[in-house]
Amino acid sequence: MDKLNNQLIIERMESQFGSTFVVLGEPHGLLTISVEADQIIAFLQFLKEDENLRFNYLTDITGVHYPKEEKAFHIVYHVYNMLQNIRLRIKVAVAGPIPTVPTATVLWHGANWMERETYDFFGIIFEGHPDLRRILNMDELDVFPMRKEYPLEDPNRVDKKDFYFGR
Amino acid sequence: MSKVTLAEAPPGVEGAGFFATRLDKAIGLARANSLWPLPFATSCCGIEFMATMGSTYDLARFGAERPSFSPRQADMLLVMGTIAKKMAPVLKQVYVQMAEPRWVIAVGACASSGGIFDTYSVLQGIDEIIPVDVYVPGCPPRPEAILDGVLMLQEIVKNESLNRRNTPEYKALLEKYGIITDNG
Repeated sequence: MDKLNNQLIIERMESQFGSTFVVLGEPHGLLTISVEADQIIAFLQFLKEDENLRFNYLTDITGVHYPKEEKAFHIVYHVYNMLQNIRLRIKVAVAGPIPTVPTATVLWHGANWMERETYDFFGIIFEGHPDLRRILNMDELDVFPMRKEYPLEDPNRVDKKDFYFGR
Repeated sequence: MSKVTLAEAPPGVEGAGFFATRLDKAIGLARANSLWPLPFATSCCGIEFMATMGSTYDLARFGAERPSFSPRQADMLLVMGTIAKKMAPVLKQVYVQMAEPRWVIAVGACASSGGIFDTYSVLQGIDEIIPVDVYVPGCPPRPEAILDGVLMLQEIVKNESLNRRNTPEYKALLEKYGIITDNG
């Protein structure tokens, strides 16, 4: 098996999916691609099961909120090839107000808690998730705290200055 | 030999072979010098409390010999550290499970006011869910400060009426926190 590099990964994916994905760049050598929401599971499955790629370890799923963009919510997937120590980042952009993306639990059971966390903080709905409820915050919370839709704290507050805590 | 300090006798009438005092003062003396701490330690203040329990500061001198780690028999709840809103029902359950008489010390900035964690997930002071007798300032407080808080609580306990739990003020206070007292 050849040593993988980013060019080979792109070629392999192009042979399977044509030009349905966009290469966003390679910051610090980490290949980053963008795909459509309805394609994501097919992509992840191919990356996981393909003989040459073998990105069979899901490192993380998280979200990003860009309130000014039309597709305001990005879901970010990190996958890892343990055999060759290569990582890959996949981004999916979806529009609000209820951003929805298919669940990756069909491929990795480990995606269960990652998606629960992403739902907890960003309100992103993972369709087909077996148990989509909050995981870190209290169940009664009625907001999604990591969304950038809350005003910053008043900078003139003094009641929590170090001086009052003997620091 | 080190100097041994004894608790002062309450004010009363002394004579040959007898000593008369008020019952609530005698009971208060006994209660104040046998407080059983229930440490509810979630963060760094808990570590300071461990130092307070250790041999250098020796909380046991004041009759608080053994931490209880159970609501049973404990009468001094020490809340030490950040209480997240998710933890609030647990803390309240621990308080409710304690039998009267019971007292609460909020140790450190987080338990008293939320401290530096001025955020959506942190309870801004435990007095939002349970009544508090003594607040210990500091972030974290030194063991001396925790001892000071315990001594202050001892003063409160010594001067408390025997039937505090039956007074309308106390019932109204617990009612305000939604804690139902079932002892008449």
